[in-house]
Amino acid sequence: MSAIRLTAVTVTLGGRRVVDQVDLVVEEGAWVAVIGPNGAGKTTLLRAVARLLPFAGSIELDGRATAAMRRSELSRLIAVVPQDPSTPSWMTVGEYVLLGRTPHLGALAKEGRRDLEAVARALERLDLSGFGARPLGTLSGGEKQRVVVARALAQEARIILLDEPTAALDIGHQQQALDLLDVLRAESGLTLVAAMHDLTLAAQYAERMVLLDSGRVVADGVPRDVLTEETIARHYGASIDIVPVDGRVAVIPRRARWLIPDRRVRGDGCDQAWRGER
Amino acid sequence: MNATAVRATAVRPRGIAPVWAGAAVAFLLGSIAIGVAVGPIDLGLEGISSSLGERLRIPGITSSLSRTEESILWEIRMPRVVLAAVVGGMLSLAGATYQGVFRNPLVDPYLLGVAAGAGLGATLAIAYLPDGLRGQALPAAAFVGGALAVFLTYSVGRSTGRGRDTTTLVLAGVTVASFFTALQTFVQQQNADTLQQVYTWILGSIPSSGWSDVVLVLPYVALATVVILVYRRVVDVLSLGDEEAASLGVDVGRVRLILVVAATVGTAAAVAICGLIGFVGIIVPHAIRMVAGVGYRALLPLSVIVGAGFLVLADVIARTALSPAEIPLGIVTAFFGAPFFALVLRTSRGAA
Repeated sequence: MSAIRLTAVTVTLGGRRVVDQVDLVVEEGAWVAVIGPNGAGKTTLLRAVARLLPFAGSIELDGRATAAMRRSELSRLIAVVPQDPSTPSWMTVGEYVLLGRTPHLGALAKEGRRDLEAVARALERLDLSGFGARPLGTLSGGEKQRVVVARALAQEARIILLDEPTAALDIGHQQQALDLLDVLRAESGLTLVAAMHDLTLAAQYAERMVLLDSGRVVADGVPRDVLTEETIARHYGASIDIVPVDGRVAVIPRRARWLIPDRRVRGDGCDQAWRGER
Repeated sequence: MNATAVRATAVRPRGIAPVWAGAAVAFLLGSIAIGVAVGPIDLGLEGISSSLGERLRIPGITSSLSRTEESILWEIRMPRVVLAAVVGGMLSLAGATYQGVFRNPLVDPYLLGVAAGAGLGATLAIAYLPDGLRGQALPAAAFVGGALAVFLTYSVGRSTGRGRDTTTLVLAGVTVASFFTALQTFVQQQNADTLQQVYTWILGSIPSSGWSDVVLVLPYVALATVVILVYRRVVDVLSLGDEEAASLGVDVGRVRLILVVAATVGTAAAVAICGLIGFVGIIVPHAIRMVAGVGYRALLPLSVIVGAGFLVLADVIARTALSPAEIPLGIVTAFFGAPFFALVLRTSRGAA
């Protein structure tokens, strides 16, 4: 059964079509990376799926249109990990993760034991059990990222949308975060959709890649089919090499030597010419 | 109980720490004691407590106060202290609510034009109503003016910004406030003979009018307080920003409207009776935040208690410092509040 189905989704912001007639079906339990150059509409597409901005077309979750759902009902189905979440420094980790229970509570209810247990479970799974009373202001970037994912887990939604989940992390924490999402997905059957800039990293984890350019889906498939020298050149304007590693692929940028006078070769020190051709 | 349940207790949200709750309540009770004890006629704490004992029907206690003293205590001082407490609690609660809803530490309950609207209403009543009617109609006129201004602010803000963007709403508030202030100043200039009265109203004061004003304000304030406190958990969610709050299942536009309407109705009622008492709505919540370092869940109820005590004390100063003359309350709150707040700013651990 498809978890998410987008039909002719268009988002117009400030008179510009940021997402343009996108059709997309994401199966339950899938791990999809949404890639594309800056301004391609990745974040906007995720926000539309979570109904955080107005869109034309239709988005269905488990066969039901999101437009017809109550806000809290939608948030029980979809959790969002924003690229730059606000983490008030006075709030403790426990309080913050508990905010993930909001859609289960209704506006007036108080958290009960079930909610506190869901938070405890989320903290445990992210190895944050001892962190409950720590204020957010005392955490490192990597710890904060885990806390935000814990909030999404406490939400107990089956779909998690992540906007650049690894952008602020070093390579060790990137690996840790994505491994963790992998495990969570395997254990709980989560559907993961992540907007990502790091193509190599995305290619190691995602099962499927959707390449956006100017708001349109221009390529869709397994990473090694989507990541080709030709598509990357056309849509990113980048000149790269694709290197296969263990059935996955890595993207290596080609250095633009033609831009720089090569002093080692010439050695004459008086050459000012920037050779403008490849 | 399994291991997870045990660990769950570690993530319980900090409510109000008993020490802060105790301190706040002690502060309020102390302020009330000072409020009823201090005045031109010395009733003595003994007399006051014996009178209170008798009223509470504690067996064996009879009031040592004379009939006149009794009526000074229960018909003049007590209602004034209670009114100051009700208004002070409301103004700080409204201030804290606005700060949470607009995610801006600098906003006060007058942000959306309630002060300018109430000012116009009061000025019109003072300038054009006959003396006999004025006393009764002034609070009503001020209330209607304040509510009308906020309604206009919301209409303007919504029509341009779909009601989602708080900046639009704040700008609409500034716009409406300027317009109403212009009208108010014009009316005031045209009726220069009433300048003194208008000015006195604008600087704020707690009237010594017995229980009638308390009865007038209390329903609005009680309703506003209950609504805001019931939603206090959601204010913490709103502090993450509109979009994240929405992704957590909060209908941001609706919740914000409910909170703003509640805070505004309470503020308008307080302003209608007591004029524009400034500063309370900003310094009380901030002082609490800096000292106790808490989220809105605890800040909102604490604001009610501490704000009540603060205004009772300020009113004591207002009516005794230059006795028998009264200093306008708005001057007292700023004159004593500002240095106190400066002290808190210097010594706090920057929890805000």
